[in-house]
Amino acid sequence: MKVANKTTKAVDLVQAALSKIEEYKYYNIFISINADSALQQAAKIDQRIANGEKVGKLAGVPYALKDNFLSREGKTTAASRMLKDFAAPITATAVKKLEEEGAIMIGRTNLDAFAHGSSTENSYFGPTLNSQDQTRVAGGSSGGSAVAVALGIVPFALGSDTGGSIRQPASYNGVVGIKPTFGTVSRYGVVAMASSTDTIGCFANTATDTDLVMSILSGQDPKDPTSLSNFWQNKPKPDQSLRIGLISDFMAEGVDPEVKDCINHCVSKWQKNGHTVENISMPILKYGLAIYYIVQTAEVASNLSRYDGVRYGHRAQDITNLNELYGKSRDEGFMTENNRRIMIGNFVLSSGFFDAYYLKAQKARTLLINAYNDVFKKFDVLLCPVAPSPAFKIGENVNDPLAMYLEDAMSVPPSMAGLPAISIPAGTTKAGLTVGAQLIGARQSDRTLLNLASELAKEPN
Amino acid sequence: MKYTMTIGIECHVQLNTKTKLFSAVDNNAVDKEPNSCVSPVDYALPGTLPVLNKAAVEKAILAGTAMNCQINLTSRFDRKHYYYPDLPKGYQISQMYQPIIGSGLIKLPDDSEVRIEHAHLEEDAGKLTHFGNYSLVDLNRAGTPLIEIVSMPDIHSPAQARLYCEELHRLMAYAGITNGDLYQGNMRFDVNISIAPEGSDKLGTRAEIKNLNSFRSIERAAEHEYQRQLALIEKGESIKQETRGWNDTTAKTTAQRSKEEAQDYRYMPDPDVPPIVLTKDFVENIAKNLPLTPTYYRNEFKKLNLDRSETEAILNYPILAKKLVDVTQNDSKLAPRIAHWFSGLLLAEENLNKDFELATASELLELSQMVEKNKLSSTAGKEVFLSLYNPKNTSKSPLALAKEMNLLQENDTDALSAIIDEVIALPECASAVTDIKNGETKAISFLIGQVMRKSAGKANPATVNQLLKQKLP
Repeated sequence: MKVANKTTKAVDLVQAALSKIEEYKYYNIFISINADSALQQAAKIDQRIANGEKVGKLAGVPYALKDNFLSREGKTTAASRMLKDFAAPITATAVKKLEEEGAIMIGRTNLDAFAHGSSTENSYFGPTLNSQDQTRVAGGSSGGSAVAVALGIVPFALGSDTGGSIRQPASYNGVVGIKPTFGTVSRYGVVAMASSTDTIGCFANTATDTDLVMSILSGQDPKDPTSLSNFWQNKPKPDQSLRIGLISDFMAEGVDPEVKDCINHCVSKWQKNGHTVENISMPILKYGLAIYYIVQTAEVASNLSRYDGVRYGHRAQDITNLNELYGKSRDEGFMTENNRRIMIGNFVLSSGFFDAYYLKAQKARTLLINAYNDVFKKFDVLLCPVAPSPAFKIGENVNDPLAMYLEDAMSVPPSMAGLPAISIPAGTTKAGLTVGAQLIGARQSDRTLLNLASELAKEPN
Repeated sequence: MKYTMTIGIECHVQLNTKTKLFSAVDNNAVDKEPNSCVSPVDYALPGTLPVLNKAAVEKAILAGTAMNCQINLTSRFDRKHYYYPDLPKGYQISQMYQPIIGSGLIKLPDDSEVRIEHAHLEEDAGKLTHFGNYSLVDLNRAGTPLIEIVSMPDIHSPAQARLYCEELHRLMAYAGITNGDLYQGNMRFDVNISIAPEGSDKLGTRAEIKNLNSFRSIERAAEHEYQRQLALIEKGESIKQETRGWNDTTAKTTAQRSKEEAQDYRYMPDPDVPPIVLTKDFVENIAKNLPLTPTYYRNEFKKLNLDRSETEAILNYPILAKKLVDVTQNDSKLAPRIAHWFSGLLLAEENLNKDFELATASELLELSQMVEKNKLSSTAGKEVFLSLYNPKNTSKSPLALAKEMNLLQENDTDALSAIIDEVIALPECASAVTDIKNGETKAISFLIGQVMRKSAGKANPATVNQLLKQKLP
């Protein structure tokens, strides 16, 4: 990625990004653009470089921000009507860290409202189009950020991943996307979706760029008690022969043959590099989606309770009593998918159903974590597709929420276990749609995954 | 048929930590502008996360130790969901499943015992003020740390309910974990009451009286609720499980919410707050710093032969109790008088606003000694005692004050003798003098009174009596 220096001006980098935003406007990638402030920050960085002052590792690098990160710069809408006018008085820790290294936020990208979705169709601001086929979805929920990187507008973009929201759009748009170990990056200042699986990660073109950005984002934050002390500085051993487990359950029926071909192609490349690849079946994975859509919806319902029209966000007009204030404000402020999850979440938590759903799901989640722990005694890395098929058509799953949820079946299990998982470009289908391979590791083995991914890029195809 | 009442009490205690339970803003909002002690966390801004205040955990350990409770080494936080404008997140962070304080036992001053079921940490809500067609929200109190103490149903009379609440208040005040100001809502009580035929092993259906904030109202509400339930049962009606409110003015409880209308709080473990994991050493280190308990003071005061109500009245004010122990350990003979001054004078309604710190232990001992040695009459002693609590007198010793107030007792026989001679010579005393000379000793008290008046109360009556007897044999 290009960093500003004596010959490369930050202002030019930002300007180039801004003109590309204009060029690709049709894709509906950005909810808001930060042109003036971005150019001012760039000019300041150029001045510092001219003065011979020290600048950060990402000096002048323009980046795109998923619009669920709070920042004093502009509005944080979470792509919702609820927050469409919400100007935050605080800045997310991740944004602050990038700022300190000189990165410049040029705009906020589209997502499914409150990150609920797998296609960016659930946005109050309309869907983002796929970077390779404008009739198809960008994936989601971090669709805007994925497309912004895929189209070369910015060298990297921030996203959040709760059950696949970075990996799946990365797969659909042919870029690298990382969902790090739970707690790697502070969640402070990011609109919460499901607290126990929310992670902050990024999109980039290469594993190396991803590694650089993540090294800056990682680290413990006193404002997020679930954040981990920085493990990114621990270097994985280079040129190590790794034991890769190919998850056979996700290479079976129901998975697009072209997707399987792409994964198998990666397998042979890694084998050539001296790694071993062996099939592994994890029957418990078939419960992953059920566990996720119970625990996640419960946390979503709880986390969205604060949007009540009292202190900030959308407030309905012409209300006559408190129940109307709540009911109407929330009804008008949330999208259908938000409401669906609030309903499911409150149902699974309600008295009489809690034990049968939420508690059982948490127990199953423990079994899932144990199963992963067992498998990682035998393997260093697990491999499977990110999603069963490449990007689907816009509108194809809108009226079939179950089909939409099934898109998450392969990306959800590592989320439930807090494991790092990345999506790397694994090839394209005959129709020209990209396919991502998913690498999953034990907790805090994020850099091992990126190392393995970078080998694919080195090998000339 | 005779009926027994069974009472269980839940008590919310606001902890006096510097900052709130999950945010680093001022926890003391007394006299502050509405919404001035509020952080983005308390405001429930998107993206903000609760960060547990270690001091609140330490205070909870102290509270638990004061109640002889087991401290759980692992405890967790849960979310309790309901919608109300004073609850910004739409849920309260509480401890539903694994509280920090386990079971314990409190011994009351009447030697009865009440078991503690558990106590847990949670955050307080804000405050709503209602006006005609709108309400205003103040979030200063939102996020204040609370411990909720849940008793077992071991209480069987309104008086015992009151005694339990008073003792809880004392225990928490002595542990130093709360400001303990009931008027400010630092402690609030929910009282659960049911009645059942005497000897029955089944409890009746209970009603809960919410949010009582004075000891008097606890006792009155319990008594009223007992009578209400008794009347219903005697009429052959059944008791509804419900929440009731207490109106202090009408002295009645009224139905608020029935069991059917009870909210479903949809409890869920809070994924944002990691569990509290303590070591035995950590707990022991905190527990050993627990200040002296009321029980310790009660034992100390036994030496002074005070009656129970006097002891308990003084115990309500830790400053006075500590002072009394100080003077007792210095001189247990002089201490009872000081105790009487405390309970009889300082704790009179008109003196409660005084700064109880003003009189030092050594001043109190000096004053008690002066009365003991007849330098002051007991009446004059009381006057000097109260003037020690006048902020203007902080630099003055009891002796200096007594002099200034002209209260020192006249023991000088020559001076007294002169006054007595004057009195005997008075025409209005002539008949009394004659009576005494005739052996009617009753009249002597009339003469003593006259001498006292003439000396402006400073004469020592015993000395006067003696001198009179010498002069009028």
